[in-house]
Amino acid sequence: MPLLEVKDLRTYFYTQEGVVKAVDGTSYVVEEGETLGLVGESGCGKSVSALSILRLIPQPPGKIVSGEIIFKGRDLLKLDEDEIRKIRGNEIAMVFQEPMTSLNPVLTIGRQLTETLELHMDLHGQAARNRAAELLEMVGIPEAKRRLDDYPHQFSGGMRQRVMIAMAMSCNPKLLLADEPTTALDVTIQAQILEVMNRLSREFGTAVIIITHNLGVVARYADRVNVMYAGRVIETASAVELYRNPKHPYTVGLLNSVPRLDETRKEKLIPIEGLPPDLAHLPPGCPFYPRCAWRVDKCREEYPPFNLVGEKHYAACWESDRVRREVPVGAAN
Amino acid sequence: MAQQTSSTTREGRAAIGDTLVKVDNLKVYFPVTSGIIFQRKVADVRAVDEISFEIRRGETLGLVGESGCGKSTTGKAILQLTRPTAGSVVFDGTDLTKIKGGELRRFRRRMQMIFQDPYASLNPRMSVGSIISEPLTIHKLASGKEKKERVQQLLQTVGLNPYFANRFPHEFSGGQRQRIGIARALAVEPDFIVCDEPVSALDVSIQAQIINLLQDLQDQFGLTYLFIAHDLSVVRHISDRVGVMYLGHMMELTDRDSIFENPLHPYTKALLSAVPIPDPDVERKRERIILLGDVPSPLRPPPGCVFHTRCPIAIDECRARRPDWRNVGTADREHWVWCHRV
Repeated sequence: MPLLEVKDLRTYFYTQEGVVKAVDGTSYVVEEGETLGLVGESGCGKSVSALSILRLIPQPPGKIVSGEIIFKGRDLLKLDEDEIRKIRGNEIAMVFQEPMTSLNPVLTIGRQLTETLELHMDLHGQAARNRAAELLEMVGIPEAKRRLDDYPHQFSGGMRQRVMIAMAMSCNPKLLLADEPTTALDVTIQAQILEVMNRLSREFGTAVIIITHNLGVVARYADRVNVMYAGRVIETASAVELYRNPKHPYTVGLLNSVPRLDETRKEKLIPIEGLPPDLAHLPPGCPFYPRCAWRVDKCREEYPPFNLVGEKHYAACWESDRVRREVPVGAAN
Repeated sequence: MAQQTSSTTREGRAAIGDTLVKVDNLKVYFPVTSGIIFQRKVADVRAVDEISFEIRRGETLGLVGESGCGKSTTGKAILQLTRPTAGSVVFDGTDLTKIKGGELRRFRRRMQMIFQDPYASLNPRMSVGSIISEPLTIHKLASGKEKKERVQQLLQTVGLNPYFANRFPHEFSGGQRQRIGIARALAVEPDFIVCDEPVSALDVSIQAQIINLLQDLQDQFGLTYLFIAHDLSVVRHISDRVGVMYLGHMMELTDRDSIFENPLHPYTKALLSAVPIPDPDVERKRERIILLGDVPSPLRPPPGCVFHTRCPIAIDECRARRPDWRNVGTADREHWVWCHRV
C-alpha cells in the first residue's frame, strides 16, 4: 500500500470571474520514503494540490469539491478538525517557499520549535529545548544552543529555511511537503538547503513531495516526477525515464525551453508558443491543444485518458506514440 | 577578436567590434547615515568596489552573481542612473561621469534598460501606446501621426499585435509585459541596452520566447547588451563573454566557453557546481562544491580577498592582501581573474 494516494482530487476557487479549477481531477501516489517531484509553471495547480493534502485551502473562496486523499489507509478529507490537526506538522509536515513570512516574527526560534514538540511529542521545558537545539544542529546552524533565543529577523534567508526544515522534521514525519523551498534563495544557498533536506529525508525515511518549477532540482533529487498542466497531472514517470523519454508534448516543451549549463549555445531555444490557459474557462478537450506541436482534431474535443506508455510511465495524450524530444518544425501556431 | 575565434557566432550576427563601453575602477558606495535632524555618515555600503571591464560593440556581456553582489548597481552606474562614487565610464569616447544635464540626456538616448519586474516597471495608468511613445516625445524623435506609426511598428517588432496600443498593462501577461518593456527600450533606437534580470520573473516556457526575441533584436539592430542575471544557464546561452561578481568585486571575466568549461576562480567553480542540470543521468554523477556559510555584509567586507571567508582554498595571503585584477589568458583570448591562488 502506498503511503499517500490522491484520487481524482478537485479543488475549485469560486471567484467573481467564475469557477477557477485550480486542481481538476488530479491523481497520484507517493510511496514510502520516496521523493516525488511536482513540476509545472505558475498557476498549474501544484501548490494547491499540496495544500489540499493538509486541508489548508482558504475557504471560501476555495473548496475541495471531490476526491479522496488516502494517507496510511485513512481519507484525510473525511477527518474532523481535531483529527487533521494531529496529522499536520506531526505525520505530514510542510516547508514553504517564503522563509521570511512563514516564521512568526515576534517569537524566538526556540519557542517556535518547542511549540511543535510540546504539541505532538509531549516534550516540555528543558527536554524540549535540548531537542530543539539538536534539531538546529542537525540542519547545520552553528552555535545552535545560543541561537534558540534569537528572533527570525536575526537569521539570513538560508538560515531561516534551515530553521523551517528543522521544524518540519521535528516530529519525524512520514511525509514532507516542500513547496518551492529554495526559489527565494541564491544558487549556492539553494544547494546547501537541498542537500540538508535530502540527507535528512533519507536518514529519517521520510517521503518528500518537492514542488518546484526548476527542472534541474527535480533531476537531481526526485525519484519520480509528476508534471502538471492546467490542474491535472499530465505525465508521471521515474525521473530518469521522464527526462530520457518524455511522452507528453508539454513535458517535451518544458525540457526544450530551458537552456542547459553543460551545453554550448544552440542556435535557438525552442519555446512553447502561446500562453497557459485561463483556469476559469478551460476548453473541453486537452487544455494544451492550442500550444501543442502534435495536436490532432480529436484533442480539441476529448480529454485524453492517462495511458500507460512505458514502465510505470503514464501520459495523458492521444498522440503519445508519436511524441519525441525533437519537435516537428512549424507544427504549432 | 577573441570572440570570433573562441565562439560560434550566430548566423547573420554582426561582427563584434571595438570597445563601446569602458568601465575603469568603478566604485559605487551608498552612505549609511545616523541621527534624526543632522544626518551623519557612519559607514558605507560598498555595492561596487573598484571594478574594471569593457563591453565591445555588438556583443552580449553577461554579468552573474548572487543577490547583493552589485551586478544591478553596476548596470545602473554605467547608465548614470546611480552616479558612481569614483572611477570612469567611457561610452563611445565620452566619460559619462564627467557630463550632466542636456549633454548627458543626448547620451541617454543611446543607452536603454529593460527591467526585471514586468509588473512594476510599466505605469498602470498609461496605455501601452503612451508607454512606448514617451521616450520618443522626451527625446523629440517623432510626433503626431509619425509617432503613432512608430509605436505600431515597435509592437510588431516585439511580436505583439499593433492594436494593443490602446490597452493598459493589466490586460497583459508577464511575458507580454516584458515585450512592452522591450519595445519601450527600442523606441529611441539605442546602441546599448542593460537587461537587468529580464527573464527571472517569467515561467520557463515564456522565458525562452523572450530570450529568443532578445537575440533576434540584437541581430536585427546590431545591439550591444549587458545581460545581468543570476541564472547561469540563461547567461551561458545568451552571452559572448561572462563576468562573475561577488560582494562588489569582479571575480573572473572571460569568454563564455572558457568560464563554463575552464573556470579558474574558486567562487566561479562553486557557483557552477551549485546549478542543477535538468538531466538525471548527468546530474547524479556530478561532483558538488557546497560553499559554507553566507555572503558577508557589504558594510563590513572582509579584508584581503572578499571571498576568503567561504573559500575552500584560502591561504594567509588571501586574508591579508587584496588580489590584483590580472589577465592570465592570452592577448587574443583574455581571461581575467581576481585571485591569489590561480
